[in-house]
Amino acid sequence: MAIFPPSEKVWWNEPVERTEALWIGICLVWAMILFFMMPYWHIVGQQNLSNEAYKIPLADQGAESDPSQRFVGEAYEAKVEAYVAANTIREEGDTGIPVVKATDSGDVYMLGRLWDWYPILELEKGKSYRFHLSSLDWLHGWSLQPTNINIQVHPGYEMIFNVTPTETGEFGVVCNEFCGIGHHNMLGKIYVK
Amino acid sequence: MAATYEYRTCPDTGFKIDLNADKLIKWNAVSAVVFLLIGGFFGLLVALTRWPTVHLLDAELFYLALTAHGVDILLVWLIFFEMALLYFCSSVLLQCRLATPKFGWLAYWLMLGGAAMGNVAVLMGESSVMFTSYVPMKASPLFYLGLILFAVGALIVCFVFFGTLVIAKKEKTYEGSVPLVTFGAIVAAIIAVYTIVSGAVILIPTLAWSLGLIPYIDTLLYKVIWWGLGHSSQQINVSAQIACWYAVAAIVFGAKPISEKVCRTAFLMYILFLQLASAHHLLVEPGLTSEFKIFNTSYAFYLAVFGSMMHGLTVPGAMELAQRRKGYTKGLFEWLRKAPWGNPAFSGTFLSIVIFGFLGGITGVVMGTEQLNLIMHNTIYVPGHFHATTAGGTTLAFMALSYWLVPTLWQRELWAPGLAKIQPYLFGIGVTGIALFQMGAGTLGVSRRHWDMTFADATLTYDYPAAAHLMMALNGVFAIIAAIGGGLFCIQMVLTIIGKKKAAPAEAPAAPAAEALTGHGHGAGLAVPGTFVLALIFLTTFVLYYFVNWKYLSEVWILS
Amino acid sequence: MTEPNNTEDGPVPFMQQLLDNPFLLLFIGVALPSVLYTIWGIVDVMSIPVGQ
Repeated sequence: MAIFPPSEKVWWNEPVERTEALWIGICLVWAMILFFMMPYWHIVGQQNLSNEAYKIPLADQGAESDPSQRFVGEAYEAKVEAYVAANTIREEGDTGIPVVKATDSGDVYMLGRLWDWYPILELEKGKSYRFHLSSLDWLHGWSLQPTNINIQVHPGYEMIFNVTPTETGEFGVVCNEFCGIGHHNMLGKIYVK
Repeated sequence: MAATYEYRTCPDTGFKIDLNADKLIKWNAVSAVVFLLIGGFFGLLVALTRWPTVHLLDAELFYLALTAHGVDILLVWLIFFEMALLYFCSSVLLQCRLATPKFGWLAYWLMLGGAAMGNVAVLMGESSVMFTSYVPMKASPLFYLGLILFAVGALIVCFVFFGTLVIAKKEKTYEGSVPLVTFGAIVAAIIAVYTIVSGAVILIPTLAWSLGLIPYIDTLLYKVIWWGLGHSSQQINVSAQIACWYAVAAIVFGAKPISEKVCRTAFLMYILFLQLASAHHLLVEPGLTSEFKIFNTSYAFYLAVFGSMMHGLTVPGAMELAQRRKGYTKGLFEWLRKAPWGNPAFSGTFLSIVIFGFLGGITGVVMGTEQLNLIMHNTIYVPGHFHATTAGGTTLAFMALSYWLVPTLWQRELWAPGLAKIQPYLFGIGVTGIALFQMGAGTLGVSRRHWDMTFADATLTYDYPAAAHLMMALNGVFAIIAAIGGGLFCIQMVLTIIGKKKAAPAEAPAAPAAEALTGHGHGAGLAVPGTFVLALIFLTTFVLYYFVNWKYLSEVWILS
Repeated sequence: MTEPNNTEDGPVPFMQQLLDNPFLLLFIGVALPSVLYTIWGIVDVMSIPVGQ
């Protein structure tokens, strides 16, 4: 009984009962299949998140004047603003939010901040993009809906992944990492033509 | 020579119980139940707010309630109860005096003070940072200090536990190896030490940062180390809960593990690898290498999952074997049909095994697969998974054990045995609904920790499918059922403790029939065919659901 | 803590000795995740290059 010490002093040498032995074998095989699937998908699968990322230099984050402001990603914000200024094609309704068409270079930029995803992007189906993503303040969760791709966004880190839209339409970008009282109003948008 | 100490002899079990351990078990268990009640109440408020047409709380209160729910349940309720279990599994099961009871009390007051402090900080409204408290979102220093004090208290209990093991061995209060249940508690305590050390490493600097002593904390480093605390604390639960399963199997059925070797090896897999699963939370973070992600998220080649699948066979297997020896040998499942379904200790345990395995375990592995995490990370699928593990698995297992432990330890009659019969089913059905509908909504992309899935006040708009709204409503309905079940448990325990003295001692758990089991494994057939069939059903579900998710993944946008 | 390795049932196998030694298990159970998860994780974060 499991609440008393084992009745035998040496229990390690007992033979393993057949059901257990069989199940051990099955489980070990299944465990190896589970493990194998991840490297396998890296080779043949088309959905692998790139691990390319860069620390945003401290000097560019206002860290020298006020270290507590380190997370204000000014350098990244400047990059995104320049990109928006050069490529805006229209504004979204009467919201004043710029809609940016991706250039032929394939680089697209988005940032998360309290509480919006900026800017709105317009992509083309079947084209591959280098997607740059970072946060200006707190952690945010980049959640592309209804496709349901979810990526964690950190301040101070610029991540770059390649993405190819496979469907056209209007997609929502929800924030799914709690980021304070306005979290549930944080939305963005991506158009795919 | 055994040192003298004060003890009483339990009239039900014949166990010698150190009076210090007795008191500490009781105080820790009662505190646990109080926090279960508080945390559960906040949970109900959260679920009713996420029910779109009810939308009970305003946004500020919602995030506050969600923080309180997370801290009180995931940390305070579970760890307080586990501390009671550590005392029980060392001092009581080993028939040994408790090491340094004074430190036990110090630990208790630290934990209670810390938990109270954390709750006050949250209720004051300045610390709605969620259980995870990711920097650079700042809580009041009280919040971090409360968590640190709680953790230090828990660490002291672990040392008292290990100290008691040393005494038991030195004073030879048992022969050979410790009981399997105690071994499970050792595993829980080992994981607790790693958990708490991780917590200290990250929360102490965070406290300093919130006081303005440190300028910044790197968000990615915070997350890596914090999950050593956040996820591993749930692994303490898993180990403790499985110890409870074995304990109830022994108490209710007089069941003996089919093989000590297999059970303990499965536990060894936990000691070695379970804690690596902290990486489950880092699969879509910037910059970490895939080698790190794959190795850690797989608990090193899924050997800890292998351990869990072994327990999934050995616990019901032990029950089946005991039942068959009592003569329930007809067909595959007579042993299960004739099980005491009206005994809450058994029904709670069995539901716990099923919910933890089918809902919690499978989804945990799926979500913890590097690429599959992309279609689930931070959606409400995640809370769906961990409600199946921590509420349906651990909490239900602890409830089940309590139906035996509390009347026995306090020598009381259950306040309402009729209600006790249905309580595990109510809570189990409630939690199952919560888990399923949260997972369903998460599959449709609904975000976790989110006050308004209609985005009514946002500049832009996004509409989740109608099915998602329906599922969040059903989540609310089942949360009410679970809350009634949970509430009944808390009331039952409190009124039992202050209620009627036991008239006659209950039947003692049968002493191990020494050679009762020799011979198994030598026969022609399987010793536990019914359990094996159940295990195969589990495996089939696992395989199908796993590959269905790869199919889902292959349909989303191309990423590289 | 030294225990005779022989009982009337014969010598205690190595694996059982390991499983009967909570402090050795404690060491392994803390050291292993500290190296494989915590330290490897910190090294990974530290080796993320600085941009530009």
